Amino acid sequence: MVTACEPESDAAPVIQVRGLDNRFGADVVHEGLDLDVPRGEILAVVGGSGTGKSVLMRSILGLQRPTAGRIEVFGQHLENADVTQQIMARRAGVLFQDGALFSSLTVLENVELPLKTHLPSLPTQLRRDLARSKIQLSGLSASASPKMPSELSGGMRKRVALARALALEPELLFLDEPTAGLDPIGAADFDRLLRTLQRALGLTVFLITHDLDTLYAICDKVAVIADRKILATAPLDKIEQLDHEWIRNYFHGPRARAAREQDGTAAG
Amino acid sequence: MSAREAVKNDGELVREPGSDGVLSARGDWTLANVERLSEQVDSLSAPATQLDASGISRLDASGALLLERLICRTGQNPAESGLSGQWRTLFEAVDSACDDEHEPEPARESQLQQILARIGRATVEAGQSTRELMNFLGITVHRFARTVAQPWRLRLTSTVYHMEQTGLDAAPLLILLAGLVGAVVAFLGATVLRDFGAELFVIDLVSFAFVREFGVLLTAVLLAGRTASAFCAQIGMMKSREELDAIRTLGLDEIEVLVLPRLIALLVTLPLLAFIATIAGLAGGLIVSVLTLDINLTLFIDRVEQTVTLKHYLVGMIKAPIFAVVIALIGCLEGLRVSGTAQSVGEHTTTAVVRSLTMVIVIDALAAIYFMEIGW
Repeated sequence: MVTACEPESDAAPVIQVRGLDNRFGADVVHEGLDLDVPRGEILAVVGGSGTGKSVLMRSILGLQRPTAGRIEVFGQHLENADVTQQIMARRAGVLFQDGALFSSLTVLENVELPLKTHLPSLPTQLRRDLARSKIQLSGLSASASPKMPSELSGGMRKRVALARALALEPELLFLDEPTAGLDPIGAADFDRLLRTLQRALGLTVFLITHDLDTLYAICDKVAVIADRKILATAPLDKIEQLDHEWIRNYFHGPRARAAREQDGTAAG
Repeated sequence: MSAREAVKNDGELVREPGSDGVLSARGDWTLANVERLSEQVDSLSAPATQLDASGISRLDASGALLLERLICRTGQNPAESGLSGQWRTLFEAVDSACDDEHEPEPARESQLQQILARIGRATVEAGQSTRELMNFLGITVHRFARTVAQPWRLRLTSTVYHMEQTGLDAAPLLILLAGLVGAVVAFLGATVLRDFGAELFVIDLVSFAFVREFGVLLTAVLLAGRTASAFCAQIGMMKSREELDAIRTLGLDEIEVLVLPRLIALLVTLPLLAFIATIAGLAGGLIVSVLTLDINLTLFIDRVEQTVTLKHYLVGMIKAPIFAVVIALIGCLEGLRVSGTAQSVGEHTTTAVVRSLTMVIVIDALAAIYFMEIGW
């Protein structure tokens, strides 16, 4: 019943987007966009404001119907809302920008909810234990469980949202600006947590970010979105060399230099 | 990741035959099997001294949680469990995360305690909210007086906008509502009074009812539902998006910026709407009278002129500003008490409607008794 394991070769990307078009009236957001997300890696999608990073994620998640194009996830074509929902609910977890925790439920209930929905036969005690272990896995102490989301700080809310995203043991994780709104120390902690969990659980991660520190610290590959399509998908050092105006400004501005130096000292 | 090579494989926990307390974990220890595995782990009766995890083909965090429990029971070193290397990181992540045991659930109060606590809390809250309302009334009156003294402080655009929202936009619904109630009152009156041959008094019934009570009461009830909720939700959303804090840091006064325009708008529109409702009610009564009774238009108007004096009209209209203050203040106050979450906005909006409706009806009843006692 859980995660059907059809054989997938190493080469097959977890997400494959081909010829994606997204139009809002006369406003063209994507045109002929192609993207591959390789298995077991953290892929970061970067791009300026309004270039359609979130639209791309919403298209893959099935929250928005693309104008044209083909999206395959785990080798299955997302041809209609039912297929998409089935795959996304059971095999993918999503962390929305501000956590999107259900404000009327406690932390524990928020994490229990996916388990309750998809495995209704689980005994209550076991379900709670599983939820608690996810909360602790996300780096929160057990005392956070009975709290309401409104009592939590921004960083804690994201950790709870991460625990909820991990509740059903997904293979694929979507993160929308996971470090936005966190202080640098909190952001670095969250980056580390993501990397640890990604390695331990063998996750494939689709990550939208503006945070250069995150890029340098944890990402395996970077996809740059500009001019309505993905310019390139490659490891960071390759991307930095590309000759494109936005990439130059982004990766060779003062903030990028600082992030790179910090990463260099951390590694050395 | 060996997840790919996995064939559908049920996880299991078995006792090695012949050995003394050696358990063997095999197959997929994943979320799909976690329910059955958990039963097997919990139902272990004989002592277990050693765990052999080398047969595990797949492991996820849920399975690792059970495995960790088992290893806690056997008391062995996780490294000796024979868990294959690729799952070691995962197991360690869960293992270290599970170190601190969760604290026990808080003891639940008894049923009686809960009921008493609820009554107590409701009583304290009722007292508090009355005090808050009085306090708020005081502040608003102060700001109102200041605005009268310095009229350039009034936010005219905002006030006119709220007049449109609460007055003009509510008028069609109110006309329909009052007209229908007028027709129903006339119809009921006609049915009862016909037996006594006193159909003419239908006109008295409708005109007294609407001029003294229903015109203003129907308006206030409608606005308590329509406007108190809107005020509360608007201000509540602003509060939860920190707009109120922005107003304060800009050196503005939220009472002056948000509450006064709404209050003044309602003070102007509620009496106007009440007048419209009165006319609509009379019109409804008139239509029923003309159609079903032997009363014509001239007779109806003559009779209204004879029976309704200015006194009756004032008895009705004097309540309009009071209702306006009640509705505007309760709506705005509940909005200011919102605490940030979407749920809180909903709760306070409900409270705003319930409390303003209650206040309107109680005040109307008291006023009716008072005016009857003084013979108006």
